Amino acid sequence: MSRITARFAACTAENRPALVTYVMAGDPDLETAQAILDGLPAAGADVIELGMPFSDPMADGVAIQVAGHRALKSGQTMRRTLAMVENFRKKDAETPIVLMGYYNPIYIFGVADFIAAAKAAGVDGLIVVDLPAEEDEELCIPALEAGLNFIRLATPTTDERRLPAVLRNTSGFVYYVTMTGITGAAIKSRAAVGEAVRRIKHHTDLPVAVGFGIKTAEDAQVFGRDADGLAVGTVIVNAVAETLNDGKPTERTVTAVHDVVASLAAGARRARSAA
Amino acid sequence: MTLSGINSLRLGPDEHGRFGIYGGRFVAETLMPLILDLEKAYRDAKADPAFADEIKHLATHYTGRPSPLYFAERTSAHLGGAKVWLKREELNHTGSHKINNCLGQILLARRMGKTRIIAETGAGQHGVATATVCAKFDLPCVIFMGATDVERQWPNVLRMKMLGAEVRPVTAGAGTLKDAMNEALRDWVTNVDTTYYLIGTAAGPHPYPEMVRDFQSVIGAELKDQFLQAEGKLPDAVVACVGGGSNAIGTFHAFLDEPGVALYGAEAGGHGIDVDNGHAASMTGGRPGVLHGNRTYLLQDEDGQILEGPSISAGLDYPGVGPEHAFLHDAKRVTYAPITDKEALEAFQLLARMEGIIPALESAHGLAQVMKLAPTMGKDQSVVLCLSGRGDKDVESVGKHLGMDMIS
Repeated sequence: MSRITARFAACTAENRPALVTYVMAGDPDLETAQAILDGLPAAGADVIELGMPFSDPMADGVAIQVAGHRALKSGQTMRRTLAMVENFRKKDAETPIVLMGYYNPIYIFGVADFIAAAKAAGVDGLIVVDLPAEEDEELCIPALEAGLNFIRLATPTTDERRLPAVLRNTSGFVYYVTMTGITGAAIKSRAAVGEAVRRIKHHTDLPVAVGFGIKTAEDAQVFGRDADGLAVGTVIVNAVAETLNDGKPTERTVTAVHDVVASLAAGARRARSAA
Repeated sequence: MTLSGINSLRLGPDEHGRFGIYGGRFVAETLMPLILDLEKAYRDAKADPAFADEIKHLATHYTGRPSPLYFAERTSAHLGGAKVWLKREELNHTGSHKINNCLGQILLARRMGKTRIIAETGAGQHGVATATVCAKFDLPCVIFMGATDVERQWPNVLRMKMLGAEVRPVTAGAGTLKDAMNEALRDWVTNVDTTYYLIGTAAGPHPYPEMVRDFQSVIGAELKDQFLQAEGKLPDAVVACVGGGSNAIGTFHAFLDEPGVALYGAEAGGHGIDVDNGHAASMTGGRPGVLHGNRTYLLQDEDGQILEGPSISAGLDYPGVGPEHAFLHDAKRVTYAPITDKEALEAFQLLARMEGIIPALESAHGLAQVMKLAPTMGKDQSVVLCLSGRGDKDVESVGKHLGMDMIS
């Protein structure tokens, strides 16, 4: 059983959604990002998405765009991102880490080399925004063969006809994008999200996490009723941005991120007990 | 000799949208169903004679096609070698080849029932052409344009506004074409139900590279006929400038299986190909990667981060190139060569003084390649340049570069 599968099962056993937290590797600098990453499980994160910064993040809103640029400016590279995972794994053998980003930095690293290095570092899964099912031969299939989970995004435009193709090579969990839009935008219909989660679960036994637009503990409480996982990124990344002074981290940066995560975790825990 | 069948270079893309290893559909899942719909709508339209007739009618009565093939006599004598000919795409309505593609795509958008059009633009030529067809067909239109480009192509911004388009300056990155395309993709993913993304160049996810090439192929097809009429043979060389490469692929496509016709693409060499990150020549100075929906040659660093190379021409400073060009580069069918800002400025002035034609800075890159090529060819040989756009939009910035002022 992969770490991801085990963690979702554990959360389900506790009758609560898993909190999936996104942080940008290398934001605002390597040392601070490592401290943020290392403290996430204690703050309440169940699964960690570690963003691989990219110069042209076409599916992301301003907050994550800017976070990626901060990371790149501080000298973040793919090797450094993998090293962050390796360091994390020395202290935590349980919490799953999913690398999330865009294909080009992986392609340039070399697909086979990347998969080997990610495995060795202790990565559990991959989310690559610009690799739809039609391009599975590129990375998805070799990653699955190597024992990494490949987590696919399903969206409001993924209809019944297409859903089986999208789910075919998906493993670990399904990431349902709550809206047509970019990260950090507003969710248009809460009811539609719950419906969509049920629709996807009709097609798969995999856990379904929802993301894009979850911002508060209250959101976590509401969406956590239907979803097996809640993915949160923009508000966490914003906590970094808001505590910087002249682009540099302050003593509040790491704790501000962990406070946001703790608040979301509390909301997620109330999701089903309050119902 | 004309190649055909399995040896033809004109068969791409395959059913996965690939030209060799290039092209593909590297987009977010939200867009994937739409891109599949678009492909189907385009296949249907392509098979419908009424669609072709409508394009033909508009090309004749709205664009003013066919564009002339003009023998540039003084330029030829000045260069002292091959005869130089110009395919006058700059005489099209809106002043460039961009209208060919926009008319085709707007008809497709209407067939698909889309009610809102978005587009990216660099030099503003595609933005103007898009705003034009949106005015004609009464569709709301939003143009994404890098803030740097808004400044250096101000006349085209005004034209777009006068045509009723909303121009959204994009401040991310260097504020040029790449950033405008990112922002257009973000808008598209948000408004996917209503919106048609009218991509201006032969790049992006499948089927755009094929579709844009098809709509631009009228350039090369006309040119081939016109040259045969004029000289009773095929030209020895054909030249076009390459940013994303829509005018170039449209010009080259008719000649790909004619090995006697040498093909040259002029890339933006900026400050010079040897200057670190000083150019936008993605094939001469880049390597294959994945951006904006397709695999192609890209300017990027060793970690796969995209670089933004400078060029005097806002239409050529894109860090990628259409996937079919990447394929033709590897196949060595087309020679892609960098042209520096300085060489383009010299060519710009030469054409103005020799022929009374002010070319777009993009097209001036192609002319600079002709200036290198023609003197090495015989007087009985011919080289044709696709003069893709007129230079009205550039006169202010070229004037500044040349130190012209109001008094002297």
